[in-house]
Amino acid sequence: MAFTPTKETYSGKVYPVTIGTGDKAVTFGGENVLPFNSFEGAAPNAPVIAYEIQDVPPTDWPENVQKPFAAVSDDPVKWAKYCQDELKAKAIALRLVGTHPDRENRTPEEASKTVKDVLAAINIPLIILGSNHAEKDSQVLIAVAEAAKDKNCIIGKAQEANYKTIAAAAMANNHKLIAMSELDINLSKQLNILITQMGFEKERLITDPMCSALGYGLEYTYSVMERIRLAALTQNDMTMQPPMLGDVGMYVWKIKETQAPESDLPHWGPAEERGIAWEAVTATALLIAGAELLIMRHPKAVEAVEKTIEELI
Amino acid sequence: MALSGVEIFKMLPKTNCKKCGHPTCLAFAMKLAQRQATLDSCPDVSEEAKKVLGEASAPPVRPITFGAGDLAVKMGEETVLFRHDKKFVNPCAIAVEIKDTFSEAEATKIIEQVLASEIDRVGQKLRVDAIALTNASGDAGKFEALAKIVAAKASVVPTIICTENPQAAEAAAKLFADKRAIIYGANASNAEAMANIAKTNKMTLGVHANGLEELSALTEKIKALGVEDMVIDSGARKAKDIIEHNTLIRRAAVKKNFKPLGYPVINFMQRDDSLVEALLAAVGIAKYSSIIVVNSVEKWKNLALFTMRQNIYTDPQVPMQVEQKIYNIGEPKPESPLMITTNFSLTYFIVSGEIENSKVASRLAVMDSEGLSVLTAWAAGKFTASKIAQFITESGIEKEMSHKELIIPGYVAILSGSIEDKLPGWKITVGPREANALPAFLKTRAA
Ligand code: SF4
Repeated sequence: MAFTPTKETYSGKVYPVTIGTGDKAVTFGGENVLPFNSFEGAAPNAPVIAYEIQDVPPTDWPENVQKPFAAVSDDPVKWAKYCQDELKAKAIALRLVGTHPDRENRTPEEASKTVKDVLAAINIPLIILGSNHAEKDSQVLIAVAEAAKDKNCIIGKAQEANYKTIAAAAMANNHKLIAMSELDINLSKQLNILITQMGFEKERLITDPMCSALGYGLEYTYSVMERIRLAALTQNDMTMQPPMLGDVGMYVWKIKETQAPESDLPHWGPAEERGIAWEAVTATALLIAGAELLIMRHPKAVEAVEKTIEELI
Repeated sequence: MALSGVEIFKMLPKTNCKKCGHPTCLAFAMKLAQRQATLDSCPDVSEEAKKVLGEASAPPVRPITFGAGDLAVKMGEETVLFRHDKKFVNPCAIAVEIKDTFSEAEATKIIEQVLASEIDRVGQKLRVDAIALTNASGDAGKFEALAKIVAAKASVVPTIICTENPQAAEAAAKLFADKRAIIYGANASNAEAMANIAKTNKMTLGVHANGLEELSALTEKIKALGVEDMVIDSGARKAKDIIEHNTLIRRAAVKKNFKPLGYPVINFMQRDDSLVEALLAAVGIAKYSSIIVVNSVEKWKNLALFTMRQNIYTDPQVPMQVEQKIYNIGEPKPESPLMITTNFSLTYFIVSGEIENSKVASRLAVMDSEGLSVLTAWAAGKFTASKIAQFITESGIEKEMSHKELIIPGYVAILSGSIEDKLPGWKITVGPREANALPAFLKTRAA
């Protein structure tokens, strides 16, 4: 029996999305095959990893992931420049966590100033994220979208409760938009439909089906992503064709495995390596499931995932 | 080729006698085609049909047991390409390489790591599954010396004997008699000799080729020599090629029932950079490896890979729920706090993780809300004052506690009054809305 490879050709493809301006702009998505299956189709763009920074010092991050940024993280501008110049980041994700009412409760004006300062200091693309407080995000993200007008940023995250205002702000200021729903392919689809019904171009969307960390529901995110990607390719379902985001760092660096000291759990090995591996394995799993854009924290985790991407393409 | 229900039906007795437990032969044939029934349920099927159907209805990836005793590993039996379609069956084995160029001390160190690698995670015992001895020196004497060390110190651990030299393979195989080891290294030039050794020692044969065409031809040849149990290696070493070959192998087996590639896949993924090696292993776990051979098995890496494997191989049909009960976090004392949440497994993972982070020993009452998160469960009427009160009362937890205070999620603050009405004598405290505020909340209370 001679072997003939069973190759698949798909009717659909993932939209390519370009962010940033000038020669530092990056493009991700655009493939018409399952992740890293370039043997049967086109996968013109490699996945992109953005370094996560925030508007306030990362005192809420575990020590092992604070450390690499200790000299710069008191100031988002220094922090962003460090990621760009020293770590060779391809993009920055600025999380405006300081605007959360339970945190520093910074105003939309303060947030806009931070965004402007960071944008003035870097030439790589910027992803601007709220604090995940639905009401406050709609005020903050409107202001920062305007502050970043025409810089071709990604604004996020629009959720069911606040997508109208955020999508309108992204649209008015020529940004891309993250649409996030909670671990359900149908909710994801529905939100993308609602946003495009407002006149937002579907080619400017990025789907965030919600991340979960290794050992904490990773398999749900994995399978939702895999199903979204299959729907995009096999059913040519346009509402499922935006590229996908894995917001990895935030979900990984809050669980026990990335923090518990080795002295408490000797059979788990050293906390620092363990935390880095946790972030990198979670990220790799999501790449295999279909994520094209990752937001990550630890430089060593980013470096290892980038090496793995090199080997996969 | 996989047979359709109608094709199978043509070979059945067509008497509709119902002895198979199905109303008609056709219904039974349909179940067979979907692999939801096995042919032995029909007592009247002809010998000829058995032969044809047996071949066609065997699992697309051959089941193989690797190793003997308690630590034996099952491989193969996979039926799908995507885990959301159906549970991946036999979790991939992690094997660590020991080269015959290592000193005895180096070899012993790795053996000890393997023997001490067992970790309990969510009720499963996970460990480095196997040792792969490699003949890096090319010298048969050195290889046998290493095999002796491993056979003496790690006789319970499933072993892969990796050499292309039949004499070296034979000498080593004798040391693992009755252990169902894998002899890896059959290729186009040594196939006969290696097949003989595998047959004589009743071992699985690892077959290595350059590419999928050569691999298919080689497994057919070896099968004709009388070896049934094989693990296969297409020669892919780079991650890109591993994904391509593993995907094409799984598709050929599952979609075409192509027997020459219907065997478990072994991938050699050794890298000097241990973290990158871990990431490639993660790729293999997701994409159809049955055995992954690595350079090193540090504890941090094992924990991450075992967890990844567990996640990918969980049953996707099982609802995202945990059992309703009161979970102890740390070692709660009578005065420790009692919290309540719903049984959506992500809610449970996140809430219990944050309570652990707080280092405040606690009790967490997890209430059956049909797998919904707090807000959704409340909106759907599954997380109501009377249900909460009933659960707490029936749990009898009161007897273990020196107080009667229940902390409820901030999202259902609105319920506090009505729970107090229904739980006389209890004090209801509203906790934070988001789990990540729990450590601060618990620490402040404890202070
Ligand atoms: S037992 Fe065999 S003959 Fe009887 S109904 Fe079932 S398939 Fe048909």
